[in-house]
Amino acid sequence: MDENSSARLKRRLLGVVHRIGLFLAMLTICLPGLWIVLSSLRPTVEIMAKPPVWIPQEISFDAYIAMFSGIGKGGIPVIEYFRNSLIISVTSTIIAVAIGMAGGYAFARYRFRGKSSVFLGLMLTRTVPGIALSLPLFFLYVRLGIIDTHFGLILAYVALNVPFTIWLIDGFFRQVPKDLAEAAQIDGCTRWQAFWQVEFPLAGPGIASAAIFAFLTCWNEFALASQLTRSVSAKTLPVGLLDYTAEFTIDWRGMCALAVVMIIPALTLTYIVQKHLVGGLTSGAVKG
Amino acid sequence: MATVSLKKLTKRYGNIGIVHGIDLDIADREFIALVGPSGCGKSTTLRMIAGLEEISAGSIEIGGRIVNDLPPRSRNISMVFQSYALYPHMTVRENLGFSLKIAGAAKEDMERRVAEASAILGLDTLLDRRPSQLSGGQRQRVAMGRAIVRDPDVFLFDEPLSNLDAKLRTQMRTEIKKLHAKVQSTVIYVTHDQVEAMTLADRIVIMRDGHIEQVGTPDEVFRRPATRFVAGFIGSPPMNLHEATVDDGQLVFASGEKLPLPAQFKANVATGDKVVFGLRPDDIYPTGHGISSGGAADVHQIDLPITVTEPLGNETLVFVEFNGTDWVSRMLNPRPLRSGERVAMSLDLSQAHLFAAETGKTLRS
Repeated sequence: MDENSSARLKRRLLGVVHRIGLFLAMLTICLPGLWIVLSSLRPTVEIMAKPPVWIPQEISFDAYIAMFSGIGKGGIPVIEYFRNSLIISVTSTIIAVAIGMAGGYAFARYRFRGKSSVFLGLMLTRTVPGIALSLPLFFLYVRLGIIDTHFGLILAYVALNVPFTIWLIDGFFRQVPKDLAEAAQIDGCTRWQAFWQVEFPLAGPGIASAAIFAFLTCWNEFALASQLTRSVSAKTLPVGLLDYTAEFTIDWRGMCALAVVMIIPALTLTYIVQKHLVGGLTSGAVKG
Repeated sequence: MATVSLKKLTKRYGNIGIVHGIDLDIADREFIALVGPSGCGKSTTLRMIAGLEEISAGSIEIGGRIVNDLPPRSRNISMVFQSYALYPHMTVRENLGFSLKIAGAAKEDMERRVAEASAILGLDTLLDRRPSQLSGGQRQRVAMGRAIVRDPDVFLFDEPLSNLDAKLRTQMRTEIKKLHAKVQSTVIYVTHDQVEAMTLADRIVIMRDGHIEQVGTPDEVFRRPATRFVAGFIGSPPMNLHEATVDDGQLVFASGEKLPLPAQFKANVATGDKVVFGLRPDDIYPTGHGISSGGAADVHQIDLPITVTEPLGNETLVFVEFNGTDWVSRMLNPRPLRSGERVAMSLDLSQAHLFAAETGKTLRS
């Protein structure tokens, strides 16, 4: 066998090993998700079985039917929770992205005193775990009378997300060459027009990804929501999962079914938006 | 079309001065090049004219109107950036028409003007492409097209060719010159490349450390540089410059070598003066292989050893040793030369320059 064919063989073998490795990694990542879906469709006996039953023996949609059957028939107010989750997540994402755009743009484009300290301060707020804030927030919210309201949770989530959106969007605005906004101003734009006509469309994919991250953070957040909401009018889906725990039992199947209901919109949204997350949109603007 | 007038134009960042009160009057339809090494304030000056930098003091007039505090869009200028600064999310057509769209021009008018500009620059076939699908030279043309479409009073160019390779740069240089002939507008062109400045401009402004060193036609700044800096900056290869002391009608160099004091400076220097002697490579050549532009009126012969030769085909750059360093000379109709060989050199002293060593100013009266 000559050198070339052995090199070719080696390359192919490496490719196969590569793919097997990737498959195993993906399997590990996807397995919990798959397990949740499977568990929502099988009886509790099978879920709790030891050793585990890998292939379900019987599949039923009972948990889903029960979930929507109303109180007393094993149901929970899933529509209300869904609505709460949607209102809170969408509103806080919009606000966090709006503030993130303003802040990120300022950090990327302007020089001002204390810029780096302010930026560092914003980042430091991320180091505080949300759960550590839940008790002080609880007392504060009780006093202010915004406990168990959409507004209260939106406020908390905006505060949680703003440092992150600012940081992310700042990075994306930095990638948009300054020359472009200047060229737009010479072409007759005001600073405001230059932003919306040129800089915003180019940073758009970045802003969209910041929005997804912020949305998913809100959508999945449990620690704060479990402390700050208690009634059907404000509880979000992750908190709703607790409805499946009773004093002595946990309805794993029901919980998994609700988890699937939670995952579907988040997955759909991410799928829709990720197509627009094309990188390198600024290529061709300037030399290079 | 418009005149541009800078009066005591100053730019400071905190305590650091970038541009120190420069005065400049640019005539209508004139092509002015601002040249100088990096950091000399030429780009800052251009950006102040564009309105992209605030001015610290002084004033800027465009077409007789003071524009100091007007935003860029109200100055009726257009600018071609070094980086091209094309809008990557728009097609070439949209890039060209962007300023008209912002101004709210009618669709037919917009289409007509985009078509005109693309015809001038040969962009007709590229109108539906995006900037990322264009080559460097094509992007440069789109950037120029965007400037033309606005039909501005003044064109500003900020080192537009410095991102192109050497061949394309020469080609685009010619295109810019043709363009100026066609559109007949006032142009302010910033470059660090003196060849670009010489070939394109009606007048050249040479800047250094935020000051103007000299303003003049290409011929003036080449033949009669006002300062030692201008002499060294303009011309390629650069002028040979050596410090010397005047001693009884002679120039004495550090190595002890002597040259006669060029006749045109005799009245302006005295024995003991420290001067800088300058001679262009064209005015020093192996005897019989050059042209005395001064009509051989004051040609001095001297034998010098050759260190290196650089053949360029029609001419050869010959480096000869004088005063401990290399002198560049230009040899026409070259013949083969060996390193170390001593050759008879002709120095056309009627074309020599003398500058005061201390101030760097020319000693020509």
